[in-house]
Amino acid sequence: MTYQLETAAHPETLRRVAIDPVSRVEGHGKVTILLDDQNKVHQVRLHIVEFRGFEKFIQGRPYWEVPVMVQRLCGICPVSHHLAASKALDVIVGAKKLTATAEKMRRLMHYGQMLQSHALHFFHLCSPDLLFGFDSDVTKRNIVGVAMAHPETAKRGVLLRKFGQEVIRVTAGKRVHGTGAVPGGVNKALTIAERDELLKDIYHIVQWSREAVHLIQKVHTQDPGLYNSFGIFRSNFMSIVGHNGDLDFYHGSLRARDDNGKIIFDHVDYQQYDQYIEEEVRSWSYMKFPYFKSLGKENGWYKVGPLARVQNCNQISTPFAEHERKEFVDYAGGSPMHAPLAYHWTRMIEMLHAAEVIKELLHDDDLLGTDLMVQGERKMEGVGVIEAPRGTLFHHYRVDENDLVTMANLIVSTTNNNQAMNEAIRNVARRYLHGHEITEGLLNHIEVAIRAFDPCLSCATHALGKMPLEVELVDVEGSIVHSLSRS
Amino acid sequence: MTAPVVIFAVGNPSRGDDAIGPECCARLEQWLANEGLAERFELIEDFQLQIEHALDLQGRQLALFIDAGARTPGPFTFRRIAPATGAACTTHELPPEAVLQVYVQTEGEVPPPAFVLCIRGEDFELGEPISALAEGNLQSAFELLVRLCCQPSLATWEDASLAIAV
Repeated sequence: MTYQLETAAHPETLRRVAIDPVSRVEGHGKVTILLDDQNKVHQVRLHIVEFRGFEKFIQGRPYWEVPVMVQRLCGICPVSHHLAASKALDVIVGAKKLTATAEKMRRLMHYGQMLQSHALHFFHLCSPDLLFGFDSDVTKRNIVGVAMAHPETAKRGVLLRKFGQEVIRVTAGKRVHGTGAVPGGVNKALTIAERDELLKDIYHIVQWSREAVHLIQKVHTQDPGLYNSFGIFRSNFMSIVGHNGDLDFYHGSLRARDDNGKIIFDHVDYQQYDQYIEEEVRSWSYMKFPYFKSLGKENGWYKVGPLARVQNCNQISTPFAEHERKEFVDYAGGSPMHAPLAYHWTRMIEMLHAAEVIKELLHDDDLLGTDLMVQGERKMEGVGVIEAPRGTLFHHYRVDENDLVTMANLIVSTTNNNQAMNEAIRNVARRYLHGHEITEGLLNHIEVAIRAFDPCLSCATHALGKMPLEVELVDVEGSIVHSLSRS
Repeated sequence: MTAPVVIFAVGNPSRGDDAIGPECCARLEQWLANEGLAERFELIEDFQLQIEHALDLQGRQLALFIDAGARTPGPFTFRRIAPATGAACTTHELPPEAVLQVYVQTEGEVPPPAFVLCIRGEDFELGEPISALAEGNLQSAFELLVRLCCQPSLATWEDASLAIAV
């Protein structure tokens, strides 16, 4: 687990190719590639806008505002931040155990979020690459292209996402900027009318999710030469796991394994996360590089997200998803699968699990209860951890006696995957760019590797007129000698 | 009952002038309520346009997309748009034209007439309020928006778009 290609020996003599920002991922990112005169790759780095600004933004605010404020981090997964912050503040208000209604409402909200986010990512971000190929016409390689060539697939993607958004709306109060979770519980339960409306569609959602798993399984297994090796690197992996080691997106303890699947730590209470995880700062990136303290910087980095979770758990509690997990594990051949493109397969297994859990919850009358809040002994510090669509998400707050936030530390899923994403693109660069002229199709290979992780690059603005992607070739003096843009 | 006009307002309220869309939406909601026109318009605020917004176009007579603009003409532009394929390389920020195209593909019919009100912003930093320049642009655009909502017809909106283009 070394850092080959992270830093070139003599960068001043090399050309620089910048993909800025990375397209079809949240917010803005930048990939820089240093090449010599023969187009040999010497350095590859993924730069990402960090959340440090947001942590300062929160300081000095009353703690009860935080679950609403943090949703402005991201327009794609606001619920994950909403719930991670609420869980941290549960600790601060002394809510050791939520009421059954509160916990199940939050779970319903979160599994709705997982469903819609995974559907968006697969059908809208990645299926263009998977269905058309990485080198296909760029004008077709988006959801509009998918809609034209595969109208039923595209429509299901829309309806899956819409359903997930509806789950969020009825649990959080609104589709965006919801207020459903509050420190100590929730502020609303489900009504019978809301439950019955969701029940009308959930059986279709489960069936479509099963078919989505089969679609990506077919795509993956038909081309093992590509899917098992594209951008591959070995690493440790981490997630929370629930009771009995079940896959659990909402709550559990921390478990980490090494690249062979051997346990590094298990049953770790995430309130003590900082005893196990350290964050390293590197001069060339705004985003920190977390690693397991016990293994050190060189060997302690890890990956999170669907590929980690599905292989880290002992089992999945819902039958269809458990069947698909076993299929995946069998395909991997008894040792952990590390191929980045396997994220897509595991992401669809998770989407199916989310759909099945939503179905179970909608048949649970606790969602209609009236006991919504608990409180206890006030604390000054709390940590909330959740498995967000992209991976493990940490929210850590300290609050003073005036109820104002004095410290906030967020380790977002994408930060946890920082080193892993860099490794993936270095492998792709080494394999596909080395010694070649740079073309749009080749650059898209880099982006395919990044998109497999579904990174959230901080919710930047989405104003009209902004150039979504610019590619610049810069010479050693810093002058732009060639540029490409997509508009 | 479905409101005949749907208005999408896009932006992140915590990102400086990206808040133009949400702010415009809030002012419009208040104005529509005061004028007794609220039932004729559905306002949808979101961080960014997404593919499911195509479903919000069902059964409408007119659609309007309000968003901040970066490096776009000031103080604002108002123009009619048509469905367009290949207009986007990113689905995390689907342009309005692509939303219309998704409607065509999923519904199999022509979408309602749609317009974009793009209000120029200057500064999009986290935690910053709307800049003074953008606030002026927003006020100018809101005057047009009030006129459009007083006469929500295709002919009136097309005339307005042509007048601004001139």
